[in-house]
Amino acid sequence: MGNLRYLTNGLLRENPTFVLVLGTCPTLAVTTAGINGLGMGAATTFVLVCSNMLISALKNFIPDKVRIAAFIVIIAAFVTIVDLVMKAYVPDLYKSLGIFIPLIVVNCIILGRAEAFAQKNKVMPAVLDGLGMGLGFTLAITLLASIREVLGNGSIFNIKLVGENASTILLFILPPGAFVTYGFLIAIMNRLKIKFNI
Amino acid sequence: MEYILLIISAVLVNNVVLVQFLGICPFLGVSSKIETSLGMGVAVVFVMSLANLVTYLIQNYVLVPLHIEFMQTISFIFVIAFLVQVVEIILKKTAPPLYQALGIYLPLITTNCAVLGIAILAVQKDFNLIMSVIYAASIAVGFTLAMILLAGIREQLALSETPKGMKGFPISLVTAGLLSMAFMGFSGIV
Repeated sequence: MGNLRYLTNGLLRENPTFVLVLGTCPTLAVTTAGINGLGMGAATTFVLVCSNMLISALKNFIPDKVRIAAFIVIIAAFVTIVDLVMKAYVPDLYKSLGIFIPLIVVNCIILGRAEAFAQKNKVMPAVLDGLGMGLGFTLAITLLASIREVLGNGSIFNIKLVGENASTILLFILPPGAFVTYGFLIAIMNRLKIKFNI
Repeated sequence: MEYILLIISAVLVNNVVLVQFLGICPFLGVSSKIETSLGMGVAVVFVMSLANLVTYLIQNYVLVPLHIEFMQTISFIFVIAFLVQVVEIILKKTAPPLYQALGIYLPLITTNCAVLGIAILAVQKDFNLIMSVIYAASIAVGFTLAMILLAGIREQLALSETPKGMKGFPISLVTAGLLSMAFMGFSGIV
C-alpha cells in the first residue's frame, strides 16, 4: 500500500493547478465548458503517465547533460500520438481545444514531474505519480470549467440548466472570467489550507 | 495597410496573454517588477521573431516537401530549444552587456509556450515569411505591454493590505482578469 501515497500526492497536497500553479495556460484557455476541461485533462494525463513511465525506465541510459532535450523529445512524441488520435476520433473536441493540444509539450507540469520525480524513481512509483498528478490536474480544470460553464452559459456538460432566453453572466466564458475564477479558486484553497492546517 | 492591421490586431485586440492565454507562466512569474518585465520582454521579442523565421523555413522547405507535417510539434520545440541555446552562446561571446541584461531570461523562454504557440499559429494562418516575422514581433510587443502593465499594478499591490488567502497568485490573477476586461474594449477595432 506504500505506493498509494504517490497517487494521492498529486490529487491534494501537491495539486498541480491549485497548489503548485503549473500549467496555467491550458487551465485558463480551454476551461470554457466542462467537457473541454475533461478532454484536456485526459490528454494531459495520458502524456504524463506515458512520459513518466518511459523516462523512469530509461533513466540509466540518458546522459545527464542532454536530459532536458531527451525528455522534451519523449514528451513531444507522446503529444504527437495524442494529437493524431484525437484528430481522428474526437474531431469536435479537437477543434475546440485547438492549439492547446500540441502545446501540451510545453506544459510545465509534465517536464516538472520528469525532472523532479520520474528520473529519480522506479517505474511503478513514476506511473502512479503521473496518474495522480494527471487526475489532480483533470479534477481541478474540470471544476474550473464547470463553474465557468454554469455561470457563463447556464449549462453543465452541455445540459441546459436555465430557460432558452435567460440571461447568463457571459463574462465568465470570456477571457476575464477565466482569470478571476481561477484567482478566487486558489484563494479559497489557500483559505481552507490555513483553516484546516494541511 | 495590411501590415498595420496585423500589428494592431496582434498587440492589442488579440493580446497574446490577456486574450489568447499563451505564456501565462512568465507573465505571472516575472511580472513582480517593471525592470525585470522589460528585460524579459526584450528577450521574448528577439527569440520569438527569430523562432518564427526559422520555423517558417522548416515548415515550408522541410516538412511540407517531405510530407511529414505530423512531425511539426517535435521539430518546432527542438528548434526553439536549440535556438535559445545558440542565441545565448552568441550573445555571451559578441555582446556581453546585452547578455548580462538578458542572460537569466533566455533559458526561461524555452518553456514559454507562447513561442511554440505563435510559431504553430503562424503556420495555421498561412502567413508568408515577412508577415510571419512581423506577427511574431508584434505578438511579443503585446506580451511585453501586458507584463509591464501588470508589473506596475503589482508594485503598488505589494504595498497594500491583501486578505491572507488572496496573497500572491490569486490577487495577481484577479488583477490580470481586470486588465483582460480592459483589453476587451479593443475588440472591434480591426
